[in-house]
Formats: sequence, structure tokens, C-alpha cells
Amino acid sequence: MKLINKTLEKDASGHVTLYPEELEDMWHVYNLISKEDQIKATTIRRLQSESSTGSTTSQRTRMVLTITVESVDFDPQVGLLRINGRVTSENPHVKMGSYHTIDLELNRNFTLYKPEWDVIALERVEDACDVTKQADVAAIVCQEGLANVCFLTQHMTIVKQRIETPIPRKRKGSVTNHEKGLQRFYDQIYQAILRLLNFDIIKAVIIASPGFVREQVYQYIFDQAVKTDNKVLMENRSKFVLIHSSSGHKHALNEVMQDPAIQSKLADTKAASEVQALEDFYKMLNNDPDRAFYGINHVLKADAHGAIGTLLVTDELFRSADIATRRRYVDLVESVRNTGGEVRVFSSMHVSGEQLNLLSGVAAILTYPLPDIEMEDEEEHTEQN
Amino acid sequence: MQGLGFVKKPTIKLSAASTPASTPPDTPRSTSPLSKVPAAKRINVMEEYEKRSGEKPKLNLVVIGHVDAGKSTLMGHVLYALGQVNDRTMKKYERDAQKIGKGSFAYAWVLDETGEERDRGITMDIAMNSFETDHRSFTLLDAPGHRDFIPNMISGTAQADAAILVVDASTGGFESGFVANGQTKEHAILARSLGVQQMIIAVNKLDTLDWDQGRYDEIVERLGIFLTQAGFRKSNLSYIPVSGLTGENLIKKSKLVPWYQGPSLFELIDAFEPPVRQLDKPLRIGVTDFFKGGIGSSSGVSAGGTIDAGHVQVGEQLMVVPGGEIGVVKALQVNDETSTWGAAGDSVLMTLTGLDIMNLSSGCVLCNPLHPVPVSSTFTAQIVVFDLKVPITSGYPVVLHHQSLDEPASIIKLISILDKSTGEITKRNPRHLSKGMTAKVKIQLTNRPIPLETFKDNKQLGRVMLRKAGETVAAGVVDEILTYGS
Repeated sequence: MKLINKTLEKDASGHVTLYPEELEDMWHVYNLISKEDQIKATTIRRLQSESSTGSTTSQRTRMVLTITVESVDFDPQVGLLRINGRVTSENPHVKMGSYHTIDLELNRNFTLYKPEWDVIALERVEDACDVTKQADVAAIVCQEGLANVCFLTQHMTIVKQRIETPIPRKRKGSVTNHEKGLQRFYDQIYQAILRLLNFDIIKAVIIASPGFVREQVYQYIFDQAVKTDNKVLMENRSKFVLIHSSSGHKHALNEVMQDPAIQSKLADTKAASEVQALEDFYKMLNNDPDRAFYGINHVLKADAHGAIGTLLVTDELFRSADIATRRRYVDLVESVRNTGGEVRVFSSMHVSGEQLNLLSGVAAILTYPLPDIEMEDEEEHTEQN
Repeated sequence: MQGLGFVKKPTIKLSAASTPASTPPDTPRSTSPLSKVPAAKRINVMEEYEKRSGEKPKLNLVVIGHVDAGKSTLMGHVLYALGQVNDRTMKKYERDAQKIGKGSFAYAWVLDETGEERDRGITMDIAMNSFETDHRSFTLLDAPGHRDFIPNMISGTAQADAAILVVDASTGGFESGFVANGQTKEHAILARSLGVQQMIIAVNKLDTLDWDQGRYDEIVERLGIFLTQAGFRKSNLSYIPVSGLTGENLIKKSKLVPWYQGPSLFELIDAFEPPVRQLDKPLRIGVTDFFKGGIGSSSGVSAGGTIDAGHVQVGEQLMVVPGGEIGVVKALQVNDETSTWGAAGDSVLMTLTGLDIMNLSSGCVLCNPLHPVPVSSTFTAQIVVFDLKVPITSGYPVVLHHQSLDEPASIIKLISILDKSTGEITKRNPRHLSKGMTAKVKIQLTNRPIPLETFKDNKQLGRVMLRKAGETVAAGVVDEILTYGS
């Protein structure tokens, strides 16, 4: 994303003009926009015009509109960011106050006005415009009969295709059904790779599975590549990495990203460092449970003591439409930073972010144990019972 | 509220839609499952079963143990000794195995039939076979020992009535299987969690140690302590020294082992107690395998599995859950023999007509259309937590294993910790669960609902195993189903 203009007033209100370039930027915008913000962008509006004879014709016209945001929808599969709200700009074609939906487009400027730019929003803009290395990695996690073909970018893990084929099991005296079923399955994975992977952007292709499936898949792919003389595949052979995982389900990506074999390729990616941070939290919970807490109530208590060393939050918390709730979380982040702690904002589109969301979305690793928190909790519970 | 508008992910296979069983069970439907069978031809299965009970009772036997303990070799040798494999075939296996440098695996080839299994010298999926002892008839399920194939081992053990746990007695062999990461322990725990109570522990490869009694006694003692802790009753366990390779103590008592006074493996197997079968409960068949084409013909769909409860006959109508589609049994095989009916405990292969193979999925259940199995995404379960690296917190993602299926799920709420022996609640809303605890939790399926019954209604369909990153973290039983349908 390119930053075209940033104007902030003393009261933290202001606007920012951005130029989105790729799918990931849509994700950033999705996280930036809140209800009550205003957005100015080029959009298409269907206008009805009545001719002198009384017949109506409708025409799709391109224009620039400003709307006050009421709802936002994001579809990562298609890369569509849809913003709906009431029109607030003077315009010859559209009545003020009428509803309009903007489909934000790539490669066109748009301006976002916020009544208050807090630290989270400002960091998001910085993050989005930072030209850091994009480790676009493809990962195929599979087991016999199931494969998930995924793309990993800095902030998102998208399942591009899920392949599920029943494979007949071996039966006494007849294994042909089984072996034929496997070949069909490998072929589907091969076809998916041909169709979905753009080797210009992809830096690594991970094939992960339990057992020997990954070796078989790899073998099949390159046997076919040789047979069909697919030069692109053969040139990119070195990008393929085979890693062990315990299953073919999407969350097996967690294990894959911790494998030392691809640490170098994923070293400075957000995804890998998030997985590590969550692992650290779980390790602490196991070894010294009074130094690890999750859930907003416990974490706030810990923060009140100034005890938080690392705060883990998901970006989903900041997308809350409720300004008061968002304020609460922003205050927590600022408080932790003030006491010298580290804050990690997890992308809820990565597997570890999903896991953190299920764990309430906020967790903290403390610098010293606070057994009181748990005890206070129990007292409150017994009072309630 | 801002929403995430996700378009449905493109899938090659259509997952089944919500079923008519989105209504709680026991909602009567109009047609009887036998409506398509003319009255004169209907079989009174209960009577037939009584007649059959005069014959040998049938049992399902699973063989488990750490990788390379010698499971396939042991059972391959038993089958050969019983005359199930003719000499010519055996010689061919020996020759071919020698050729690829796997001479000692010749007996295992009776069960490991895929090219890959033979090349690698391992079992990758359950091999089914059958044999008879003097008083019993067995369906044999040889399980893989490698930890990556545990889902397959679970699928086979879920059908079993009894087990043989094979341990490698050779120096270092027992140890590598018995440590925390080895499968000797994990398999035993899984078998217990899946309801297997009777077990023979075959202490194998003692021929490599010249039948050293000291080693045998050491293994028996260490295993005994572990198995009792795991919940097995001493009276349901037997130990025997054997050699799968040389054949000692398999069918007949061996003369080489004077210090062992017990029966041979064959005799021990013959002494397994047949379990009480749930014949009068509504039909449930857990499907473990399915493919296009009928038995012997090319039309229809074949489905194989074990009848968990009830009985079935040719011509009967069955419902596939999830999905709700109705099919008719056109042909039936019980233990590889053509039959017109099957009852609880039987391992069957059926040809079904009227079904689209796309509506079948691994882990689906065939049942009585009048009493379908419920389909659920959220339920509570009572679980026992095993050895864990990381404690269980709310939101803990797992892979849920149920019969033959495995699906991603999360433990979304930790309801309470219970006392192991009394079942009383010792703590409500715990923050986390650590190893050894018994707890009540709420589990939610991540992708799609699965067929499930409470443990009270059906013991087989009410068991769940929770695994994560290649380890079994907990196992338990379904307590209450919270949502029906998708």
C-alpha cells in the first residue's frame, strides 16, 4: 500500500489517503475502517434517468463519493472489500443521506477520515505501507484423502482449495481400488498446484503430511512434470520443501511453521513469529501458570499491577463496532507499552490468530507471578454461586 | 456489527448438507425399513441369530503394538499355520521378500498387501482377515504401529471386542516402545478408551534372547503396573512368550520354553469371552470403507463396516447419516461369506442401491430410517486427560477421532473438573486442564457436524478421542448433544 497523504489535527482527528496495491492491502483497510468513519473513494453508481417520453433508463456511472461507514464486509477468497453507508458529500447525481455501497478497488486512491486516530490505527497504516519482504509461501497440508492448499502472506492464511476424495481401503486380496484411489487423489493435488500457484510470487512450496503422503505427492508432481515437459515446474523444483505434520487439517500449519527446516524461509514472517509467541504463552502456562493469563478480566487485573511482559491480542478485538470496547483494548495496549512491555497484534487470518481468538482473543505473559488473580477469581465465583 | 462475508470455499467433494436428523431422534417417519421386502421373504433375524448362536460366537480381534513389534509377522504366521495360506503362496512371498532384501517379512506379507507396505516393511492401514479357533470365529484386524497411522489404528480398534498387544522383547526393543513417545502405551490407552477390556500381551522375539525368563518376567511386571493404571482389570489380561518368526507357542505349546506353563496363543485366543451384543437396539453400522461397484457386479455402491447395534437383512432400507439419503441392501457379505442377514458384532460388506456415492463420507453411519443417528456440531463430553506438553485451555484446537473419521474441533469451554472415582465436581470453570484430570468439557466441530450418540444410547458411537500434533491428549464419552444438524 502506498501512503499518499496524512493529515492529523491536534485532537487526533484527521485523514489519510492511501493507494492499495494488492490483496493484503484490502485486509489492512478492513482492519482500519470503523463505523462512523468517513471514506471517500471512486465508485460506481447506478443512476436512473427519465427521458422526456417518460421511459426510464439506468446507467452505471463512475464517480467519487464520500460515505459514513455503517458496515464492512471482506471476502479474502475474491479480494473484495465492501463498505456500506450513507452518502455525506454534495453530489449532483446522488441525494445526501441515501445509502451506497463502495467496492473498494485496487490501484485507486481513497481517503479515510477518522474522528480519532489511535495508536493501533496509526501503526496499521505504517505496517501496511512498509515495504518489507513479502514471504508468499504456498503450503499443502495433506493426509490420505484430504488436502488443504493454502497461501500464506504476511497477514493472511487463505485456504485456496480443499480437496477431499474418499480412498477405498485395502481389502484382503485386492489393493487395486486403494492404489487407484491414491493416484486420483495425487492427481487432484497436482492439478490444483498447476492452477493456483504463481511461481513468480511464491517463494516456497511446502508439502506437509503424516506418513509418506508428501513424498508420494512430490514424486507424482515431478513425474507428471517430466511427462508433460512442464518447464516452469521443473525450474522451481528447489522451492519445494517436504515437512512432517500430524494431519492434513488446516491447523497442522502451526506445526509446519515451527519446523526448523523452513525457519530460514519463513524467519521474519509475521505468521511464524506469531506461532512462536503463542507457543511461548502455552509453555509459560504449563511451567508457571501464575505468570500466564487469558481473558480480558484476568489480563486487565495483571496490567493493573504493571506485570505484563508480553501482551498477545488479535486484530479482531479492534474491529469491534463498539467504540467503548475498542477504547478499552487500545488503552490496554498503551498501558502495557508504558510499563515497558511488548505488544503483539495477531492477525486473525493466521492459524495462530484463530487459536488466540478461541482463547478469548487476549492473553498475557507476566514478568512475575500473580497468584492473587486466580484466588480473587475463585472468591468472586463462590460469591456468585 | 461488522461482518466477515466469506464465500464458501471451493471444494472438489460436496460435503453433505444438513440431514433430516436435525430434528432430535425418535421422531417417527412413515415407512418401515422392511417395506420393500415382501412379507413372505422377511427374515426373522432374532430367530436366525439364535440358531447361529449354537455355532461358534463371532468376535472382532485387533492386533496392536509399537512399530516393528512383530504384529503382522505374528498373525501372518498364525494364519499360515492354520492353513489359510497355501504353501505355494508362502514360498512366493519368501522369494519376493528376499529379492527386495526383506526376507524376514515374508509372513507379514500375508497381511501387508500393498506395494508400498511391502517396500517399506510396515503396515500402513488395517488389514482384515478371518480365522477360526476351536470354539470361536474371529475377524482379525491387524493395525499399523507407526504413530502417523494411529487414525487407522483407532478406526480398527473401534470395531474390536478384544486385543492382542504385541511387545518386542529384544534388547532395547521393549524400551523404545514403552517410553512416553512409543506406541506400546498409547495403543493400550486407546484400546481401553475404545472399550476393549480383554487383552493378551504377546511378548515377542524372545527367540533372539534364547528364551530368557528373566527378561520375560521384567516385561510382564512393568507392563502389568502400567496396564492396571490404565484401567485394565488384571483378570482380563493374559501374558504369553512367543516368537512370530519361528512359530514357538503360536498354535501348540512349545517345548523350547519349559518355564512357561500356560496355554498357547491359539488357546488363549479361543478363551476370549464373546461380548453381549446389542441386537434389540436400532440398527447402526459404522462405515469404515466404501467404493463404487457392488459385490461381484459393477452397479451400486459398496460399503463395509461393523454392525454396532441391531441387525440388517437383504432388501432392508437404510439411511446414510449425515445426509439422510435412503438406500436398499441388495447383497450382503459377513466375514467374506455371502449371507442374507447380519447382526450386531458382524463385520459386513454390503452392496447398496439408490445411493449416490457422493453422499457417503468416511465416518458416516448407516442406520434405521425410523431411528436415525443424530448429527451434531456441539456437545458436552466427559474426558480423561492424558500426558500433555501444553495444558488444555478454552479454545484448545484438537483433531476429534470418532470411529473412522477425524475432524478438526475445539474444546470451547472447560465446564468442570471431576473427581476420578466419585465423579463429583471438584472445581467449576477451571482455567486449564492438566494431565491425569477427569473433566467435563464442551466440544465444537470446526468444519461440519458428525454423526454422534450419547454414550448412554450407544457405547460405540458415544466414544471420542482427542488428538493434537500427533499425540493423543484426551479420550472420553459423549455426555449430552447440544445442537442437532449443522
